[in-house]
Formats: sequence, structure tokens, C-alpha cells
Amino acid sequence: MKNLNYLICILFGLGITFSSCNNQSQKSNGALSSSAAEKVYVAPGEQDEFYAFLSGGYSGNLTVYGLPSGRLFKEIPVFSQFPTSGYGYSEETKPMLNTSFGFIPWDDLHHPDISQTNGELDGRWIFVNGNNTPRIARVSLSTFETEEIIEVPNSAGNHSSSFITENTEYVVAGTRFSVPVPQRDMPINEYKGNFKGALSFISVAPDNGRLNLEFQVLMPGFNYDLSHPGRGKSHGWFFFTTYNTEEASSLLEVNASQNDKDFIAAVNWKKIEEYVKNGGGTKMPADYAHNVYDEETHTGTSTMKKEVITVDPTQVPGSLYFLPTPKSPHGCDVDPTGQYIIGNGKLSADLTVHSFDKMLAAIEGEKFDGDAYGIPILKFEDVLAGTVKSGGLGPLHTEFDDKGNAYTTFFISSEVVKWKVGTWEVIDRKPTYYSVGHLMIPGGNSRKPFGKYVVAMNKITKDRYLPTGPEMEHSAQLYDISGEKMELLLDFPTHGEPHYAAGCPAELLASNSKKIYRLDDNKHKYATIGVDDARVERNGNEVHVYMSTIRSHFTPDNIEGVKVGDKVYFHITNHEQDFDVPHGFSIIGQGTSEILVMPGQTKTSLWEPKKVGVWPFYCTDFCSALHQEMQGYVRVSPANSNIDLSWSLGE
Amino acid sequence: MFLLPYHSYFWAIINKNKRMKQLIKNIVFLLALLLIGCGEKEEKKKEGFSVTRQKTETEKPASTPATEVTKASERIDLTNKGLGPVTSVTLNPEIDQAMASTGKEVYDKMCLACHRIGKKFIGPAPNGILERRTPEWVMNMILNPEQMVKEDPLAKDLLVEFNGSPMANQGLTEEQARAVLEYFRTL
Repeated sequence: MKNLNYLICILFGLGITFSSCNNQSQKSNGALSSSAAEKVYVAPGEQDEFYAFLSGGYSGNLTVYGLPSGRLFKEIPVFSQFPTSGYGYSEETKPMLNTSFGFIPWDDLHHPDISQTNGELDGRWIFVNGNNTPRIARVSLSTFETEEIIEVPNSAGNHSSSFITENTEYVVAGTRFSVPVPQRDMPINEYKGNFKGALSFISVAPDNGRLNLEFQVLMPGFNYDLSHPGRGKSHGWFFFTTYNTEEASSLLEVNASQNDKDFIAAVNWKKIEEYVKNGGGTKMPADYAHNVYDEETHTGTSTMKKEVITVDPTQVPGSLYFLPTPKSPHGCDVDPTGQYIIGNGKLSADLTVHSFDKMLAAIEGEKFDGDAYGIPILKFEDVLAGTVKSGGLGPLHTEFDDKGNAYTTFFISSEVVKWKVGTWEVIDRKPTYYSVGHLMIPGGNSRKPFGKYVVAMNKITKDRYLPTGPEMEHSAQLYDISGEKMELLLDFPTHGEPHYAAGCPAELLASNSKKIYRLDDNKHKYATIGVDDARVERNGNEVHVYMSTIRSHFTPDNIEGVKVGDKVYFHITNHEQDFDVPHGFSIIGQGTSEILVMPGQTKTSLWEPKKVGVWPFYCTDFCSALHQEMQGYVRVSPANSNIDLSWSLGE
Repeated sequence: MFLLPYHSYFWAIINKNKRMKQLIKNIVFLLALLLIGCGEKEEKKKEGFSVTRQKTETEKPASTPATEVTKASERIDLTNKGLGPVTSVTLNPEIDQAMASTGKEVYDKMCLACHRIGKKFIGPAPNGILERRTPEWVMNMILNPEQMVKEDPLAKDLLVEFNGSPMANQGLTEEQARAVLEYFRTL
């Protein structure tokens, strides 16, 4: 019996050996593998060639990686509370998460896009969208902090977002779900013909990046899935994929796949912009939050906006056309020249490529194939540039290199397919592990891609890493695309679920990255600029502690006179002026989170003591050899005590 | 058992009534004598605890010659210019009061958290620093502390003497550091 078992084992082992041999022959050989290691190896003390910003999906945050190493540098909190820094917990950052639904501490962050000038990455800001409670955020690429969040009214499932026009004139946010506009109480089954899809154009001030919702185009009640701007010759247009042109409200899995073709909507935003500038559009009451973080006061403020301009596109001739596109297209990508618009029909094997020139000619010739709710539908054959017959299944997204090639992910067949723009021939295909969603080439959706690497972001991980229970981090794969054939170099885990990413050469950002906040520039209302200003003040049951930190003590570090029931605001100013010397603040029973205070910054943590006693606080960031000494005590007396406030250090 | 409350009671009176002060002092003195008489029992009344340290050799002045026992903060070295951007500073005989007051502003904001005037705090007091250090050394310590505490022998010893508490680089400009130096001359 035992021998038989051995035999089976041996045969099984041989089987594995042979099958892996087969795989090996398709992949690179041993020598090439070692060169793959060299290609991703960034030696200790050396730095990566590219930044990659991967969306965190349901983590609500944005992650920063280095390429080619795949090392994680930072998680930037955007739409979700983040105890690591205190974002969304500190008094200064709570307003950033304010919405018309109140304080919403979470969102589903999808599509990062780096600001551009003349269609090239300029590295000033990165924009991301909150999918669930529709919001757009602007993140500074000098502080790597969220500076602004604007809510998008009349939108639901803010998915065809947050893509920018080629001079960052607008960041565009399209709705996935169509909804009643304005929202009202009505039967769901009266969706068809009554719901609307809002495409929002949010302007970006060139000097400081401030966002303003300029206008919303109210579209027929389809689902608007993804979008990208025209560039170069097609600058001034924006392209959106649609699905559910059936306008189903239930069982979309079946009901939204009835039509052979849905549309790519081509929006001439310059025409609509002009229309609005000349007083066109309808002012509609709305309710949306606009939250701005000021770098000098280190404080966010939230204001509620009450009005939005909506535009009925049928009232603006020439502003909107539908390009028939097969099989519920998902990704909508525009090549670096701006000539080709790629519709990734996710239920298809093929890619549909539309020609911008042909589209203009068809519009000129008024070759329409009817209309949908008054919007002209162009004839499919008249706008079609070509079809990529890939042989893959489930195309989702396409990016471009700087040599005239495109790279498309296929979700169902788990691969990246490289094809030639213009001839539509497939050049190469490589498997991904597994079920790839988005992919990213630094600058790969701009006029100037940096075609050295592509990152594939996969939805399913399974056996790629040591198992960690039922939940696994998603996996990304890095391919070298500098040659004719793609070469798989590296797997690395990603946090949350990356939906798209944006990347750029390291030198675009590294030298502008802020090292400290200058104490001189600190205009926080509760800053403790000089150590002599450190004090404690009472205002009713509010106690304000003006506290400063430097390696390695708090000033003051002994506080008495606090009472049960007080609201104690610790305003911590970090007096360090040296790179990478934050101090943290935590106190027992802190119902919010610790806060991490950057050099020169002031942050506030609210503490509501519930028990009489003498309670310690300490620095959470190992700041020096005497970090463990960086601590203090707060004496909390009964609510009716008459002990006066007092504070001290070293007495 | 009841001695402690007594003590606090007496002290409260002292604080209130100066005229009674001498009388009370006498009484306290007597009580103190009594306490000493109590011997071991007195030990238990002390707050906290103390560790009896063996007296070190250096505290017997006769037994060892005056070798390297001077604390780094008290050592005098008027030739070492330290390491950093500052290689030469000329001090005018007259103190530039305007510069010194700018220096005080900078000092109060950027340095006071660790360096108090006239007393050792986290770091040494700056009083009389130019009697012990060259102006260049002082400015380099302000402007380039990371390298100084690693490579300058004096700064290295200071780091040890001050408990490993690092001299923070507060990002002063050379001009600001020079102003702080001028302020030190007024102390």
C-alpha cells in the first residue's frame, strides 16, 4: 500500500514537472529570469524611476508606489478616515469628509489622473473620484495631501470620473447610475425616459487648483461607465462609454445586455462651455459640499453650495453625438495623437476603434442613424477606424506607449494584449495572474507616454502569495514593454482594490516634494508658535491645550484642572523644522485617533475624559533616543471639582 | 503616621503668615531633629525611593590627578571651528543690538523649547558660550547638527552628556544663526 502511495506521488510529481516545463518554454528561460530580477532591483539607498499612484478602491484612499521595485511608499488618505495620520479624525480634517449627507467617513476611490499642460503630465495635482457618495478630490503632489473635495450633485455612482482635459481646464465626473434629477419620490419602474445621467464639468483654477462645478450636462438615462478626454486634434471633446441603453432598472446582468450596440457619447464641451458663458443652461437648486484644506492654516473648511447649472444638450446644436459601440463598452481610451477612440466592449472579443476624423466628417455630412432622445446617432460604419481582432475575451481598458502601440487588458481571458495602433494587428500577449482590470503606463493616457513599463492590476490573487485567509490583497504585475515582446518582471500586492492608476517619471515630482511646513508660515488659529505661548485655557466645558513638541518632550507635559465631562482640545504644534521628524499625540481613552503632526504643522485631537484619575499621553512616532521619555500626564478631577487649570514642564 | 499632615499644615501657615515664620521654623527644626532620631522609620516616610550610589573616584579630589573629567559642556575649546558651512565669523567689538534682537526672536521661537537661559534644560544654556566655543563652532552646531554630533569630538561628547537627546536641525538660515549668535553675546 505504502509503495503504491509513493508511486502515485512520484507520478504526480513528474506530471507537475512536465506541465511546468511546458509553461517554462512559453515564458523566459532561466537566464532571462535573472535579468528580470535585475530590472526590478533597486539597490538599498537607490531610488525608483517612476512614481505610481494606485487607487485604493474600497479603502477610499490612494497609494503611492515606486516602479520598477513595486515598493509601497505611502497611503494618502482621501475619502476615508485614516488613524495613521489622524485624517478625518483630527478637528482640522473632519470637514474634508463633509457632504450633503453629513459626515461620510468612507468612499470607493477609483480613477487617479495627474494634471496636464498641453496634454503632458505636469505633476501639480492628482485627481481622484469617490464613487459611492459622489465626490471629486484634488491631491497636492508637493505635500501628497488631500487639498480639496467637492461633492457632485445629481450623480450616483460617480464612475466615469475623474479625468482631466489636456490643460487641466476641467476635471470631468460622469454618473454611472442614472437617477431622477432632481431627486424625488417616484416608482422605480418608471425609470425609462424619466431618469437622467449627469456629466459634470468641474473647472480647475490654474494657479491654485480650486475646483468649481461649472455645469452639468443632463443625458438620457443610460449608465455612463468610463471616459477620457480628446487630446491634440480632438481637444475640446470628451468621450464617455455607455451601457444599459436599454434603461433597465432590474437584473441588469441580463436586461442591460440586450442591445447589440451601446454608445460612446462624444461631448463637445467647448461648445457647451461657450453656451453657458453666454447665459445658457438652467440654474437648478442643489445641495453639495465643497471642502478646502488650507496649507497655511493647516485647516479644512466645508461650505454647502446651493445651486448648479444644468444643460440640456439637445438645446446646444453640435454639442453631443452617439457613436454606436458593440457590447456594453467599459473602458473609453484615446490614443496619444487624439485621433482614435477605443471602446472596450466588455462582452466582446474585439475592440472597436473609432476615428475622430471620420466622426467629424460624418457629423459634417449629417450621416445619422436616427437619434436617441433627440441626440443624433452616427452610423457605426462611418465612424469605425478598425477592429482589433484579439482572440481574447472581455476587453476592459487600453493604455498607450510612445511607439504607436496600445495595450489592452482582457478580464475574462486574463491577459494583456499588445497591438499596433493604425494596423490593428496583435503583436504580443501575456497572461496576467489573474483577471486583470485596469492597466497603467506612466503618461499612458496623455500625449506623451513613457513606454517602459506597464502595471497590470488584477482582481483575483489566489495562489500568487502566501495565503492570508479568505481575504487577499489584490495583485499587480509589472511588465517590461521596452522591447517588441512584453516581459513579466514582478508581482507585488496592492492595498484595497486598485481601479486604475497614474504614473510619472520620478524627477517630475521628487524635487518639488515638500520636506517640512515652515513654522513661520503656520497660521493655524490654535498654533503655539513660541514655546512661551504654550498654555491651557478654559471656555465653559471646553478646554484648549496649546501644546508644542520637539525632540523629545511636550510643552506643557503636566496639566491639572481638567474635569470629567470636559471637551479637551489638544492643539499640537510640532516645532521641528527638520525633514521627517513628525511627532504623534495619543492619550488614553482617545475616542478619535492619534494624530501625527508634521514639522511646523498644528493638528488638533479632541479628548473627552470620562473617568477621574491621572491619565498619561505620549508621542506615537519614535522620534529620538528619548522617544520613550516623551510623555506627560493630565489630572482629571470630578465634574464638580474646583481645582484651577494649571500646566507645567520640568517643574 | 500623622507627621505628614502636620508638615503640610505648618507649611500652609508659613506661607500665610510671615511673622510666624521664624517661630515655625524653629518648631520644624526641632521636629526634624526628632525625625532624625527616629532613624529607620524616617526612611519609610520619604516619597519615592532613592538608590545609594557608590561615590566615584573623581569625587575624591586628592586621589586622582585632574585628567579628562571636565564635562563636555564646561570644556573650553577656542580653536575648534566644528564642521559645516561656517568657516569664518568676525565679531565686531560692539554688539549689534538690532541683530541681537532679531536673534532673540528666532531663538525664542526655534530654540527655547530645549535651551533655557541660565539653566540646563534639555540641552545646555547658551550663557557665556563664546567663552568656551568659537563663533564658527556655535553656528555650525546650529546649522549642521547631524554631522556635528557624529563627527565633531566635542559635539559627540555633548550628545552623551545630554542623555542622547539630539540637537534638532531647526532649518535656520545662516543669517538667522548669525543673529542668534549675536543674541548670545548679550547674555
